[in-house]
Amino acid sequence: MLTMPIPDQEVISRRAAIAAALRHIVPGEGVVEAPIEMRAFETDGLTAYRQMPLVVVLPETAAQVSAVLKYAHENEIKVVPRGAGTSLSGGALPLADGILLGMAKFNRVLEIDYANRCAVVQPGVTNLAITRAVEHKGFYYAPDPSSQIACTIGGNVAENSGGVHCLKYGLTANNVLGIEMVLVTGEVLRLGGKHLDSEGYDLLGIMTGSEGLLGVVTEVTVRILQKPETARAVLVGFPSSEDAGQCVADVISAGIIPGGMEMMDRPAIHAAEDFVHAHYPLDVEALLIVELDGPQVEVDHLIERVSEIARANKSTTLRISTSEEERMLFWAGRKAAFPAVGRISPDYLCMDGTIPRKRLPEVLQGMAELSKLHRLRVANVFHAGDGNLHPLILYDANNADELDRAEKFGADILKLCVKVGGVLTGEHGVGIEKRDLMPEMFSEGDLAQQMRVKCAFDNKGLLNPGKVFPTLHRCAELGRMHVKGGALPFPEIPRF
Amino acid sequence: MSAVLKPATETELSEMIAAAPAPLEVIGSGTKRHLGHPAQAAATLDMSAFSGVIAYEPEELILDVGAATPLAEIERMLGQRGQQLAFEPPDWSALLGAHGSGTVGGLVACNLSGPRRLKAGAVRDHILGIHGVTGAGNVFKAGARVVKNVTGYDMPKLLTGSYGTLAALTSVILKVLPAPETEETVVLTGLDDAQAVEAMSLAMQSACEVSAAAYVPGEAVYLRLEGIAPSVAYRRDQLGKVLKRGIEVMAAKSSIAKWRDIRDGAMFADNSRHPLWRISVAPSDAPGMIRVLKDKLDIRYLFDWAGGLVWLEVPPSDDAAAALVRSSFASGHATLIRAPEATRAAVEVFQPQAPALAALSGRVKDAFDPRHILNPGRMYRGI
Repeated sequence: MLTMPIPDQEVISRRAAIAAALRHIVPGEGVVEAPIEMRAFETDGLTAYRQMPLVVVLPETAAQVSAVLKYAHENEIKVVPRGAGTSLSGGALPLADGILLGMAKFNRVLEIDYANRCAVVQPGVTNLAITRAVEHKGFYYAPDPSSQIACTIGGNVAENSGGVHCLKYGLTANNVLGIEMVLVTGEVLRLGGKHLDSEGYDLLGIMTGSEGLLGVVTEVTVRILQKPETARAVLVGFPSSEDAGQCVADVISAGIIPGGMEMMDRPAIHAAEDFVHAHYPLDVEALLIVELDGPQVEVDHLIERVSEIARANKSTTLRISTSEEERMLFWAGRKAAFPAVGRISPDYLCMDGTIPRKRLPEVLQGMAELSKLHRLRVANVFHAGDGNLHPLILYDANNADELDRAEKFGADILKLCVKVGGVLTGEHGVGIEKRDLMPEMFSEGDLAQQMRVKCAFDNKGLLNPGKVFPTLHRCAELGRMHVKGGALPFPEIPRF
Repeated sequence: MSAVLKPATETELSEMIAAAPAPLEVIGSGTKRHLGHPAQAAATLDMSAFSGVIAYEPEELILDVGAATPLAEIERMLGQRGQQLAFEPPDWSALLGAHGSGTVGGLVACNLSGPRRLKAGAVRDHILGIHGVTGAGNVFKAGARVVKNVTGYDMPKLLTGSYGTLAALTSVILKVLPAPETEETVVLTGLDDAQAVEAMSLAMQSACEVSAAAYVPGEAVYLRLEGIAPSVAYRRDQLGKVLKRGIEVMAAKSSIAKWRDIRDGAMFADNSRHPLWRISVAPSDAPGMIRVLKDKLDIRYLFDWAGGLVWLEVPPSDDAAAALVRSSFASGHATLIRAPEATRAAVEVFQPQAPALAALSGRVKDAFDPRHILNPGRMYRGI
């Protein structure tokens, strides 16, 4: 079980005064302090962890956000920003001694500018709502995390969210042109806009994916794209994950960047098929869905080339979608993989490592061994094009021992990802979930440099503390520390 | 400017920076020395030892190279495997009077992208990892050799475009992508500035996947299509329908030459005494901006990125008409990329920032380089 920083009892004792001060800034229903009403905010997508916040504030304007943060900064109170609360890594887990800053009321699309191919929206607008606002003109917003019906664009910026199409169309960072944000001091900044690139340091780049530790986003300008003319998919079964992996490598070596390229292993195929009956082959070890999008003539041409490559890699089944219905059916199983796994297990943990693709067979083999060791089942879905692996560990949260084993299993998987040259998280963020694994990937010198950047934005460490970094350091202490060759050890500070 | 420090290893680099008593000018091959404010440095930090390919894995779309690796060498190597750097690195050697197209570290430090930036993104969209030494002498790395990663802050993006003011990079990891099989360019003539931007906007709003859109006044609008031949041919016809007008078509060979010229600012290379700006604005703002400037100055200009990037050449003057140029647009940024040293010392080369933003930039500088050892003042005074 992960632990959070020890709450400051002195701050907790001031709770009533803090709530009253916040009511001055955000009147009426904008401050929530009754325990029964705060219950809705006690967890996020990482449901194994729950914590009631000190108080919840739901501002409606950037001026209110600025005033709330200024108050918190002056009074040294921690703040946890929250969008829709869909984080799978615990990024929005509240703190007992912290204000929960909910951005859900920022739910308006402010401007759609087709001439410049961008939309200006408030951060509480959902990812899918952006596409809904522009699709009548044939446009869409490209990043499509699977929670897109619920997750907000502000949360997407905080986590640098991905989706199945990001190999070709990029992550959030590649699709955001500008933001308005508030520093913890209450200062309001504009980074970027409808133009490209930054005049100075790429602060928009560092803000994107900073998991609510650097500032609070109050407006977002995103790039919108014209929808591809058509899309078709190939569904291919392989007798081994090696063959499927080689097929993916060969597709990319042939100069083809598919709109989506997803892989599932045997347990995931069976769970999905039992759930949605997508007519997946059940006698294969790996299933690949390759989607090509673009003009019809190009898609038809590339579908043939991908099919040839698949056949050359010993595919045992190969189906090409001939209608939009069939394409959707191919995807139905993959898109339902998480709930499908949810049907065969009371709970599951979704991991999110990225690996060099060529190491996939050994990582899958290693996972099978870990599955035996921890006595828990695992099913794998895989953004195969970009090497982003989502092992789903099946466990029962009502059994404390199983949760413990599931977390250890997950940690072992991520350590394995790092060992083969990969990373802890491809799109879900570090949050609290992978926080204590950061030293697997980064030296103390690497982490100290990241924390110095944190200090440049938030020198009191008030924004979302306890997330991302395994240890807390005072900024003055980081300034004095000289790390040579990344090797100078930190003093022995206990991990919280 | 006499002393030259030339570290051979990352450890040596760390020791040299930590021990440096005065500012250092960080140099790869020196092709972009004249970008930014003139260096205020006591010695040169020659990074040329950090050269060579560490790993190139075409099927993983990964390139890991020493920061001082010549760009030309990298492009040759990628070309042999049918791949490229999709952001289309420019070669400004003719423009800046330099020799060679420079190093990959310099390219990353300056975040220089060419016409395909419009569709494929900038250097900052393709950087996956970095190794380097901060101005405090701390060795650090960030990112990794995978194409999708959100572990920790996106330091590689922060370092991209920081002009060597935060850290001396020793290696960079870049995402590489397949090069298109073929290309052609659709040419539209007889349009004025506003009509040109409108036509480019229409093209970009279509599903034709235009990979570059530029307008050379008095010449034409150019719209590039890339991909497999049947797709390019189809999209060319579609584009004609979208634009509702007759089009001319430039075949691959002339198309490649035309876009190289646009990428490298070739039309401005012969006029080296004239200050040259690159201005990033919302595409629809470009014509209005030029209208204001034309009334007051004798200018030459070109629109790239569908109007989002304005190359602007102004008559020689001490201040490169900085105030006038910067008052001609409401939102965006203007960078003075060519001017005599005295001018680059006197005017803000990079767009001045609002006070809170400038202060934050200063704190970021201090987080990496508290003693202001690396390229101080190259971007802004005080950072």
